[in-house]
Amino acid sequence: MSTTEYAEIFAEVKVILERFVDVSEKIDEETELINDLDLDSLRVMEIVQEVEDTFDISFPLNELSSIRTVKDFVLQVQQEIKA
Amino acid sequence: MGFFKKLSTIAHARKELAKLGIDPFNVEIEEILSPATARIAGREVLLAGTNNYLGLTFDPRCIEAACKATRTEGTGTTGSRMANGTFAGHRALEQELAAFYGCSTAIVFSTGFVANLGMISTLTVPGDTILIDGDSHASIYDGCRMSGANIIRFRHNNAADLDKRLCRLGDQSKKALVIIEGIYSMLGDRAPLADIVALKKKYGFWLMVDEAHSLGVLGQKGRGLVEEVDCLDDVDFIVGTFSKSLGAIGGFCVSNHPELDLVRYASRSYVFTASPSPATIASVRQALQLLASGDELRERLWRNAHHLYDGLVHLGFRLGPDPTPVVAVYMGSKEETLLCWKQLFEQGVYVNLVLPPAAPDGTSLLRCSVSAAHTVEQIETILSKFSSLKKP
Repeated sequence: MSTTEYAEIFAEVKVILERFVDVSEKIDEETELINDLDLDSLRVMEIVQEVEDTFDISFPLNELSSIRTVKDFVLQVQQEIKA
Repeated sequence: MGFFKKLSTIAHARKELAKLGIDPFNVEIEEILSPATARIAGREVLLAGTNNYLGLTFDPRCIEAACKATRTEGTGTTGSRMANGTFAGHRALEQELAAFYGCSTAIVFSTGFVANLGMISTLTVPGDTILIDGDSHASIYDGCRMSGANIIRFRHNNAADLDKRLCRLGDQSKKALVIIEGIYSMLGDRAPLADIVALKKKYGFWLMVDEAHSLGVLGQKGRGLVEEVDCLDDVDFIVGTFSKSLGAIGGFCVSNHPELDLVRYASRSYVFTASPSPATIASVRQALQLLASGDELRERLWRNAHHLYDGLVHLGFRLGPDPTPVVAVYMGSKEETLLCWKQLFEQGVYVNLVLPPAAPDGTSLLRCSVSAAHTVEQIETILSKFSSLKKP
């Protein structure tokens, strides 16, 4: 997948994340989902559902443990789109 | 702090509770007086949060069966069935459970939690796919995690959402395991089982139903949602617990797949834990007989459930969507809900406090569970205490 497609996914994911967190939080690739955005497990599940619907993918929950940053999340979404 | 650092949020939450002068997750029962009452902090409290649906914990026949088994077989098995042997009662209970459901095979586990861990983590391996309802019990989530399989969560009780996720799986869907619950423990709502069975016919997946809160509650003979919806033959695995309607502790799985019997040799949760004690097995066998012939108990349970549900609706509370013996009352903020719980408790009524993330959608709940053992007057007392609460 090209860099442009990564950027498109990032932009969509960022919009979704902004709906779930304090808008004053600046979200970039290195933002950490738990430590920086203070998301609890329930919120993370809701975000995953939104992302699944947006990209028409199913995101296995077992992949979540390896995701720390927004970039990790976007790369995993990219992988699920390709699968 | 070391390893304990991760528990600092819990330490903080406990300090906040201490400021309110309550400890809702650590209630000490000084004396249990009956299935519906206990002495707590020196006074009698009406219990409305025990999952003791049929009220069998004090049934004299169950107590006598447990006493007799203890006298003749001892207090415990002191090990697993693999290492220490199967007692006659273990085998008899499995045969009786299989006969109760009209299934070929049954396995008894040491708890309901362990039944889910053992079944899910043994049936599936990395590379398999499990689809679970978003509101699934922790034992289902943990069993899935232990299996290493891909875990896909669908929106609670939303068959259309499950359909969408199965469709995305393509050919893999026929090898997937879908897990749902008969009655969900927090909101008390039933799974849309008929719709999910229709999806099973479309996609060919394997289906497991956890009847922990619906055994003894739903169905003409108390066999749960699978009986109520008349789809016993469409479900691959039924998992359940002895700790609610059957008034003891333990878990089980029944199936018409004879290969289920092989699970016991591969399930670490079965092989490496002590088997249920003779007293437990004996009281469960007795309770199962009462449950199977317990139309009157179920009628009383449902009369009480409707009485409480309708009464709370009349008082203006927002409740879970389905009137069942699990009655979930939506409250306001976490702080308001804590204070309401405290008020009920001080007025002599014990219900379950459910705070996020245990409660769905970030809500806070006061969860009641109704028993056949509650009297009409006791249900009226619960309603009267709720009527004095400040509604959200």
